[in-house]
Amino acid sequence: MSDPCLTVERASFAYDAKALVLSDVTASVSRGALVGILGPNGSGKTTLLRLLAGLVSPLEGRVLLDGTDMRTLRRRDLSTRMALVPQETQLAFEYTVLEMAVMGRYPHLGAFEIEGPDEIEVARDALRQTGTLHLESRWFNTLSGGEKQRVVIASALAQLERRLREPFSSESGEEGSRNRFSEILLLDEPTASLDLAYQLEIRSVLARLNESRGLTVVVSTHDLNFAAGLCRELILLDRGRVLAAGLTDSMLEGTLIRKLYGVEVDITTNPRTGRPTVVPVARAPDAHLS
Amino acid sequence: MTIGRKIAATYLVFGLGAVVTCLLAPLVGSTTIDFRRVFDASVPFAENADAQIFFVARLPRVLAGALVGSALAASGVVLQALLRNPLATPFTLGVSAGAALGAMLALTLELSSGIAGFSAVPIASFAGSLGAVGIVYSLARVRHRGLSTNVLLLAGVTLNSFFSALILFVQFLSDFTQTFRTVRWLMGDLDVSSYAPLVAAAPPIALSFGAFAMLPRSMNLLSISDESAASRGVDVHRTQRLAFLSASLATGAAVSLGGPVGFIGIVVPHLVRLLVGADHRMVLPASAFGGAAFLVACDTVSRSALAPLEVPVGVVTALIGGPFFLWLLIRHR
Repeated sequence: MSDPCLTVERASFAYDAKALVLSDVTASVSRGALVGILGPNGSGKTTLLRLLAGLVSPLEGRVLLDGTDMRTLRRRDLSTRMALVPQETQLAFEYTVLEMAVMGRYPHLGAFEIEGPDEIEVARDALRQTGTLHLESRWFNTLSGGEKQRVVIASALAQLERRLREPFSSESGEEGSRNRFSEILLLDEPTASLDLAYQLEIRSVLARLNESRGLTVVVSTHDLNFAAGLCRELILLDRGRVLAAGLTDSMLEGTLIRKLYGVEVDITTNPRTGRPTVVPVARAPDAHLS
Repeated sequence: MTIGRKIAATYLVFGLGAVVTCLLAPLVGSTTIDFRRVFDASVPFAENADAQIFFVARLPRVLAGALVGSALAASGVVLQALLRNPLATPFTLGVSAGAALGAMLALTLELSSGIAGFSAVPIASFAGSLGAVGIVYSLARVRHRGLSTNVLLLAGVTLNSFFSALILFVQFLSDFTQTFRTVRWLMGDLDVSSYAPLVAAAPPIALSFGAFAMLPRSMNLLSISDESAASRGVDVHRTQRLAFLSASLATGAAVSLGGPVGFIGIVVPHLVRLLVGADHRMVLPASAFGGAAFLVACDTVSRSALAPLEVPVGVVTALIGGPFFLWLLIRHR
């Protein structure tokens, strides 16, 4: 199935002139896909995600959203079609969980518009979808890492919800209106600082959102098993270049992983999950870790 | 309660509090006056001593307190959000040190000729604050991008100490009277004794408040992180510039009117957050009104507690604010 919603065409990017962080990257994300950007530390995963999110513009090449060059799209329009979940969210001020979710409605309102009951309902619905509605009146800062991450995902879902602004929206008409533009959720290392139980929690939330509402999900991660358990497709990023891209099963393969991480791995299929499991065995003798 | 109702209630309650404080404060003082006599139209103003004390001696001072307090508290809120640091104050970024340097130079050189009827010291201090803002802003501006909050903070703190060193150096060279006047200015003084200084300080503060009005929703997101804000559709660079420049302008104008009255910019926003939460659509107006009420109340204490002696208002706010600030530090760990 190739119905690309996000396309990167020969993009290069550098934060300063000396070192390219991404060079000549070409990749594409299909509508409804669940894609992982995989690579070791410093391979440019986060930068690629920022590029996809339109937070930075490529020095060369271009990034297309639904076929349109992102540079020609207004920030607000971009924000109603895709949302970014940063690696960690630490608040300097005490917002409640509901306030955090309601903030996702930002791009849907004018400068002096105030969220009415409908907007609040969208936010609460988003919390419900990530299983955090019961926390709505708690202070965000008092939540566990996994709860925080799910609330931030809920805020991103509230941001993507266009239902209210569609003129003839109804339960049956919803599918049609949703398909016109993409709904893309980008997550930067969503489990990097989380315990195992929370990792599973985030994984199932993302899988469910992808399944039930056709949300396109792009996740950057260095965790092979997290990627193996969640993603259907992978983009392998090695020092700013795309090493390979394709279906997860064909990407999780000894030679590629050795090239990517410089380690020998055993890859088996877990009998209980039916997903590939990657066990690092030894540093590859010819590994060049830089 | 819906968000709209909560915002309206915030304006109503805090606005009313500020107005009532400003009306009651002029009644307090070494001479007791009667509220009914003040507004008694049957007595001509020239013969109405109560009305004269109220309108000529005390009201300008109360309004100066309201203007300064409100500008400093609101600027505090804006800078805390911009720097994502609840312990930031309007003076963190060097504005007050610039103002103090300007004021001190005017006092030491005994500049007496003002411009267009405004006296030299406030003009010099306002110019000094603008100079400091200019330096910090140009240092923090990253090419093609927004403001680096790290550089803002470092440049501001460095400028604060550097200007303080300059002030001390000039103090060292000046004579006792000049030094005393400078020290007195640094303690803050709202004794404006006419409406003219208010008229001078009001426009820049009003301009800043106009800018503040456009900020709250963006500031909510900016106070989380630049990245979150940008991904939600906030124009981060524009918001940062607007926040920094408007807060600095308001602070500069407030300091040139009342001196660097400390702690308002941190005490008031924090008290307000305890009452209304962290949403800037509530925090900002509540702090503006609350800052007015707080400073007017402090100034009333300052001029009446040891009357006829006057405790400098900056000393009063610091005596209340210092321990409060420490309590906050402990609370935030």
